[in-house]
Amino acid sequence: MGMNMNDAASTTALAPKDYKSSVKPVWCPGCGDFSVLSAITKALAHMGLNPEDVAVVSGIGCSSRIPAYLNTYGFHGLHGRALPLATGLKVARPDLTVLVAGGDGDGFSIGGNHFLHACRRNIDLTYIVMDNQVYGMTKGQASPTTAPDWARSKMTPHGPGINPFHPLIIALGAGANFIARVSSHDPNGTAKTIVEAIRHPGFSFVHVLSPCVTYQPEQREWKKLVRPAPVEATSDAGRAARRLLTDDNLYLGVLYHGDRETYRPRFETTKVDPSQLEQEFII
Amino acid sequence: MTLDTTTGTPSSISIALIGSGGSGVMTAGSMLLDAAGRSHWYAYMTRSSGPQIRGGEAAALIRISNTPIESHDNRFDILLAIDWRNAERFAGEIPLDSDSLIVADPDGGDIPDKINAMGARCCELPMKALCKNITGGRPNMIALGAIASLVGLPEQSLIDVLTKVLKNKGEEVITSSTEAIQAGISACDSLPSCPSLNPPEPHAAKRLNITGNEAVGIGALRGGVRFVAAYPITPATEVLEWLAPMLDKVGGVLVQAEDELSSVNQIIGASFGGVPALTATSGPGLALMMESIGLAVAAEVPIVVVNVMRGGPSTGIPTKSEQTDLNIALYGLHGEAPHLVVAPTSVADCLFTTQWAVQLAEALQTAAIVLSDQSLGQTRAVLDRPADLALMERRNVPTKIGPDYKRYAVTPSGISPMALPGTTGGQYTADGLEHNEAGTPSSQAEDHLTQLDKRHTKLHGYNFGDHWADIEGEGDIAVITWGSSSGPVREALSQRHNKERNVRLICMRLLSPEQPEKMEAALEGVERILVVEQSHSGQFYRYLRAHYDLPAESKAFHRPGPLPIRPFEVHRELAEWE
Repeated sequence: MGMNMNDAASTTALAPKDYKSSVKPVWCPGCGDFSVLSAITKALAHMGLNPEDVAVVSGIGCSSRIPAYLNTYGFHGLHGRALPLATGLKVARPDLTVLVAGGDGDGFSIGGNHFLHACRRNIDLTYIVMDNQVYGMTKGQASPTTAPDWARSKMTPHGPGINPFHPLIIALGAGANFIARVSSHDPNGTAKTIVEAIRHPGFSFVHVLSPCVTYQPEQREWKKLVRPAPVEATSDAGRAARRLLTDDNLYLGVLYHGDRETYRPRFETTKVDPSQLEQEFII
Repeated sequence: MTLDTTTGTPSSISIALIGSGGSGVMTAGSMLLDAAGRSHWYAYMTRSSGPQIRGGEAAALIRISNTPIESHDNRFDILLAIDWRNAERFAGEIPLDSDSLIVADPDGGDIPDKINAMGARCCELPMKALCKNITGGRPNMIALGAIASLVGLPEQSLIDVLTKVLKNKGEEVITSSTEAIQAGISACDSLPSCPSLNPPEPHAAKRLNITGNEAVGIGALRGGVRFVAAYPITPATEVLEWLAPMLDKVGGVLVQAEDELSSVNQIIGASFGGVPALTATSGPGLALMMESIGLAVAAEVPIVVVNVMRGGPSTGIPTKSEQTDLNIALYGLHGEAPHLVVAPTSVADCLFTTQWAVQLAEALQTAAIVLSDQSLGQTRAVLDRPADLALMERRNVPTKIGPDYKRYAVTPSGISPMALPGTTGGQYTADGLEHNEAGTPSSQAEDHLTQLDKRHTKLHGYNFGDHWADIEGEGDIAVITWGSSSGPVREALSQRHNKERNVRLICMRLLSPEQPEKMEAALEGVERILVVEQSHSGQFYRYLRAHYDLPAESKAFHRPGPLPIRPFEVHRELAEWE
């Protein structure tokens, strides 16, 4: 395990476009996810990572389509199950840089339990959630982050009527080691934060405000409303909790970075042949 | 007791030890099994217990033989009870007759009516009273000494086992236990005679003392598994608990997951990264995993899911066996998703079949479900060490990638080279969406048909060799069975010494993809078929009728768990055709 299949590391500098595939995105014109795609390629180019040494894992939803648009290794898996799949990959192949990407429905609803346990397990993964507060691919239903009075879905004609999920507070409570919020209207800022997230050891959570211009057109206004958090990043979980609990969901920046130890399995260097293990059963 | 046909003396003897919580019958049973193994007998032990998490009444059901054994006999020769508290619940599992002997402690209460009604002979062994003269003596060790002496086990083998099992408990415990065993041996003289076993035959080959769940673990490691994701569930947990420290030693890893959805996706991720991966579960967990197993099929990522079946539906009977996850294993994936379903035919075969499953999944880049069950997984047996499976082909992993590499390229075998992350130029996105040869999502009819054909071809065009079934004997009657039902059927057929007609036995190991041509050859000359399985609805019989040409006269003996199928039930079905 932990092998690197390259004969030699590439020495040629790579540009963002070198991380893009030729597959055309299915997204609507104006979708925030285009900008996140671009930010990821900028981040990878900035870090000079070989595309073959990066894997991007996703679930199901508009934003989860991202792996196919990249020239890295990718896995477009099941709805809600991107984090466990990425967990298995990163544990088995610690040499890879593993990013996980997806939306608010995928990550916080059907995949909610995995989100808690990925934060808790603190494996060295970077989780990028493009939050648009709606299920776009199924044409506009309320998601866990939708406002309670949002009454434009046929499925919940009076609005979901329940409080939205607050992913950053939950990530902090569950043990994520790096928590940031960015906005897709600023691809360079997003790229910079993604670089920080990848470099930070352990589980890094990047919450991206990424508008759905089709089902939540008011989100076009986000770019006017967002502003940098008025404080420096903290490694004090208590301060971060207080800040996040009073957050209006529009402050940007790195909001918490912890120093919790990363989960790393022990790989014994002296390996025993499996036939030796049968000795305990031999009469 | 099973008689040796040439000498008329017993070739096997069956013993049940029962007692309430803390009486130590399981310890005594395990030591009896181990001592029998060290004395060159074969042995087989299942355990039964009440619903309590710790303590509670328990039964150790043991059979000792000088030929290999894979099931319980029709009846028990000896039932020893340290006490009778709640013992009536075991009545169905411990059939007795007028030749059987009940050995009971007079201080242990009255024999329950259900057990008394079976008409066995009774005698007393004052285990508690005998302990009073031994400092630290325990009734279960008195019982062990008495039973071992009754069936003819040498004292030294008991002492050897005792010394090994209690080595960390100190000299005093070993001394008191030795004294208790010796007191049991002496007390045996006052008991009615009971046929003792034929002496064991000398053997050179190595034998193992192992459970089916542990054998699955060895098979997984022999097959090359180095990543396991785990979520505890009865009766599969021991597979995972055995593997955890062993994976450490071979340079692998086990991760405990938050649920079965996570464990199955973790193994998909690890295998995508190039590391052979496995998880183990039981019915409820398998049901949760089905969507993800379909992903492994569609994305062509090798994984192995060991399903140790228990009574269902829903939570069912977690601690007892049933062969009723066949339908979900074969048909539970949505869409058309050809995959492997294999089943071990004995405790020993848990090793071989798991290793085979890993190698097949790797070679064919698909999901394999291994259908073990509680009665294979949690049975401890002394058996001949299974041979190592000759190395087969491994996963097709390209080391150099050409400029026109396509992950899902159509090939004659249907198997395409699978680039691993880290390989320059091999980048692709594995996808549960239908895709074209390059892996790009596609809803085009042509791409769908091409990829369906490819995934079908790689399984249906593959030559699985002779391992698809164990075929034994000749005859115009055939018994077709699978999994843990193979044991009692084999036993039943081995007892047919005086019958004129021979019976052919087919124990299927490969259930999917189906092998109609091989079955046709195996059934040549067969006029009548008996199908044996442990399910209420006849899942296996219906599967056979759906996929295989069976002779006009076929019938099925199928009944649900939790009671094991007994050899006499197979005899009874065959007797109708004599």
